[in-house]
Amino acid sequence: MRYLLLIANDESVLAAMGPEEGQEMMAGYAEFGEEMTSRGVLQGGERLRPTTDATTVQVRNGEVLSADGPFAETKEQIGGYYVVECQDLDEAIEVASKIPAAGNGTIEVRPIWEM
Amino acid sequence: MDEVEAAVARAFREEWGRVVATLIRTTGDWDLAEECTQDAFARALERWPADGIPRHPGAWLTTTARNRAFDRRRRDAVGAVKAQEAAVNASVDGADGPDDGPGAGVGDSGIGDDRLRLIFTCCHPALALDARVALTLRTLGGLTTAEIARAFLVPEATMAQRLVRAKRKIRHAAIPYRVPPAHLLPERTASVLAVIYLLFNEGYAATAGSDLVRRGLCAEAIRLGRTLARLMPDEPEALGLLALMLLHDARRGTRVDAAGDLVPLEDQDRSGWDGAAIEEGVATLDAALRRGEPGPYQVQAAIAAGHATASRAADTDWAEIAGLYRQLARFLPSAVVELNRAVAVAMADGPAAGLALVERLEGSGALPGYHLLPATRADLLRRLDRRPEAAAAYREALALAANDADRRYLTRRLDEVSPESSAPSPSPVHNRGRS
Repeated sequence: MRYLLLIANDESVLAAMGPEEGQEMMAGYAEFGEEMTSRGVLQGGERLRPTTDATTVQVRNGEVLSADGPFAETKEQIGGYYVVECQDLDEAIEVASKIPAAGNGTIEVRPIWEM
Repeated sequence: MDEVEAAVARAFREEWGRVVATLIRTTGDWDLAEECTQDAFARALERWPADGIPRHPGAWLTTTARNRAFDRRRRDAVGAVKAQEAAVNASVDGADGPDDGPGAGVGDSGIGDDRLRLIFTCCHPALALDARVALTLRTLGGLTTAEIARAFLVPEATMAQRLVRAKRKIRHAAIPYRVPPAHLLPERTASVLAVIYLLFNEGYAATAGSDLVRRGLCAEAIRLGRTLARLMPDEPEALGLLALMLLHDARRGTRVDAAGDLVPLEDQDRSGWDGAAIEEGVATLDAALRRGEPGPYQVQAAIAAGHATASRAADTDWAEIAGLYRQLARFLPSAVVELNRAVAVAMADGPAAGLALVERLEGSGALPGYHLLPATRADLLRRLDRRPEAAAAYREALALAANDADRRYLTRRLDEVSPESSAPSPSPVHNRGRS
């Protein structure tokens, strides 16, 4: 069973982080990646640039409309994701709880719609 | 009702949850499990008059429901493989019963009964609370969607959609059908206990005029509580919850007067309490306490037992109850628990001691807008004969109280402490605990 783990947290908090905190956070992600890879859970995942670098795209009446910004203005923003292969939701919840951002942000666990 | 109908009705109450639980495990399909269980009961009504009532109705129903699932799956080409699996599972479990086959129901925590798998899945925290409640009533309790909708005062279509969504999420998000492993068990057990207690409270809040289905939620919750306590003999909180529900339910007949107003505990007619239920509640609580692992349900049950076993309101051991509230506050730190403790302390050590606790609570800014806070302070000031302060507090409470019965009570007390009134009221402080 595959799940997408969407990592959401407050970008302004991340932006205000000092270099030491930033390094600590990156070390946390490295540790998470190693553990989940060795468990055979991790299938992929990336960190995303902040929403200030986001562009939304829509096509209406054949016209491509692009605009600055994310698709929704919220307190927390999507900052990265993992794709994991888990036994069931309980395992996916356990994996999500170990993502460093779970401690200050929110992880959304979404089952992947297998085609 | 003839003998067969009575036997089917009894089997429905006793076996529905067990049959559905087993069918979900063997088919992996919640809707199919429910439909085939329904069919099995319809078949029982047809067959039992001619064939006689089987010696083990549960085993008969499970086998019939399984065969029905197998037939339906066989006709369904897409389901052919799964039907094979179902057949394999069925032969492993043996045809003679859901609870005695070698492969039947040993959960991941070593607890064996499909109903336990079912209740833990229904109460999974990834489901919304209202969905957990509805799913538990439907699959374990066998209530129809229409009955559950009536009990929760929502349109049937809303309830049907809630159930469909919950079952869909279980399937799509792969919520496991199992008793959680040991490291998840305490948290998940708390969720199961909370769902059952919520069911009970919904029924308990229903007044005499309410729909019978709604009032029936208490009996349903107690039935589920009994099942859970039997299935989890090592969980004293399951026994604690059962004891708590039995002890509250024992007073159900006396807690509302003819006008539909709640009768305070000290004014209830204790001869109207159900002695057998109190006895069972106390015995259940004792069995829980013997395990030496207290928890919030056991402590609440002990408080309820303290009230239920006092033959007159004046015989209540308030010092003990105050101590129990102190213990409860450690498990469930909340301002409401603190307020109840203050009332018990006032009864045990006098109104001044209680007042000090209430004033401390108000000083902390807890419970803003909660009328029982100034109402309790008012009652204590009245008992101390500090009338002008009591009157001011009653007015404060009146400004916040929304319920007519509460307003009537507060107005009556306000009149007593107002300058034109004569002697102070002799009656003790109003018990603010659950009535």
